[in-house]
Amino acid sequence: MADNAAIIVIRETDNVGTVTRNVVAGESVSARVGNQTLSLVAASDIKFLHKIALKDIAARERIFKYGAVIGEATQRIQAGEHVHVHNIRSLWGKA
Amino acid sequence: MQLTGYRRPDGRVGFRNHVLVLPTVACANGVVNAICRRVPEAVMLPIDSGCGMLKEDQDVFAHTLTNLAGNPNVAATLVVGLGCEAFKPAQAEAAIARFGKPVLAIGMHDAGGYAATVEKGASLARELLNEVSGMAREPVSAADLVLGLNCGASDPASGLTANQALGKAVDLLVDAGGSAIIGETTECVGAEDEMAANAASPEVGRRILDTVHRFEDHVKMYGADLSTGEPNQGNMEAGLSTLEEKSLGCIRKIGSRPIADVIDYADIPTRKGPMLMDSPSYDAPSVTGIVAGGAQVVVFTTGLGTPFGMSIVPVIKVMSNTPAFKRMEDTADLNAGTILEGEETIEQTGHRLYDMVLEVAGGRTTKAEDLGENQCQIWRTTLTL
Repeated sequence: MADNAAIIVIRETDNVGTVTRNVVAGESVSARVGNQTLSLVAASDIKFLHKIALKDIAARERIFKYGAVIGEATQRIQAGEHVHVHNIRSLWGKA
Repeated sequence: MQLTGYRRPDGRVGFRNHVLVLPTVACANGVVNAICRRVPEAVMLPIDSGCGMLKEDQDVFAHTLTNLAGNPNVAATLVVGLGCEAFKPAQAEAAIARFGKPVLAIGMHDAGGYAATVEKGASLARELLNEVSGMAREPVSAADLVLGLNCGASDPASGLTANQALGKAVDLLVDAGGSAIIGETTECVGAEDEMAANAASPEVGRRILDTVHRFEDHVKMYGADLSTGEPNQGNMEAGLSTLEEKSLGCIRKIGSRPIADVIDYADIPTRKGPMLMDSPSYDAPSVTGIVAGGAQVVVFTTGLGTPFGMSIVPVIKVMSNTPAFKRMEDTADLNAGTILEGEETIEQTGHRLYDMVLEVAGGRTTKAEDLGENQCQIWRTTLTL
């Protein structure tokens, strides 16, 4: 049962996951998404409980976590990049 | 395992059989504590008000106090007051009597002073204990269970582990015919659209939005804004990026089944399923409202840990991460940090939590019960005069 997936993904439709330990740039990490295992290379250092892009995300594309929209990308984000306030923003009250 | 409980005259089921000694005003807390020292089998709830309220708060106070005594975990109630408070012992007694359970009342002014009230109160409490001690558990079902949901001292793992596991446990309970009450309207700001979209009907969805917006407007009256500064600096350093992300993590607790209703503070549900109670996010008034609404078991998720408990209801503390669980293990009942470590899936932890809820309903005590933790605070939304 135990594995070193390093990324937790809540819904298959999510385009970001959360790292379950500190991850360093260039490190290979994986996530269990449904029954599949998704492998990524971290594009930057990512701290424990911070988010990682699971796929390439275009500017203005919505960010999904918990199967719900948590904001939008303010710039293009590559798979494996750290996802946080420097590249996504809230959509609340702006709908 | 067959679930058992105490069927009350109003049809609801208790999973504890407490004699409650209930103050009608803070002035009676001391006498109530003295009564409970003489009759240790009885429990009390501390009350921090009872006077000096505008009608709006006074009505909520009387309603909540009444419904706390109505909680099915309470077998019988001794009301203890001073005599000059707004909701007098005799009025409380009459209101509580509507639940059909034994209730007695005493007031200090009429009983002949402090010592006489303690003496007479202890004797009345013993009388009630004798009356309820013969009550036996009978077979009941999970459909009789109303689970209270709360979170406090959260961290960014809460939304990924503890709240996810609780959401799964709530789904299992709702599928078995039971109910769950989530409070903390303020924590829904940023997730209100998602909640409304998951409502059982457009009308319930509209009321979810109205309830959240009303709370926002109330806060704006004081020149504040619930969304400003959220997520806060600490949240951001810990990895939360947006208000939506923070709130969505919080409402994972309610699970995935359609939200059946929105109820006012301390109201007793008339529908089954998961529902939202309009309440603040501060632990004590939030859980007090939910318990007045009839929740017989509360699950409290926490990232940092809290001793929170309430005498008349078992509170199961679920921690979001293993390091904090180890630090606060003497206050916590279940560690959901196993999800982060890959030792368990959300599903597995959810099932483990659901099993624990049923065991606790069946009589297993929680850490908060063993510690004798007892917080109670009735929500006030206006001024103290």
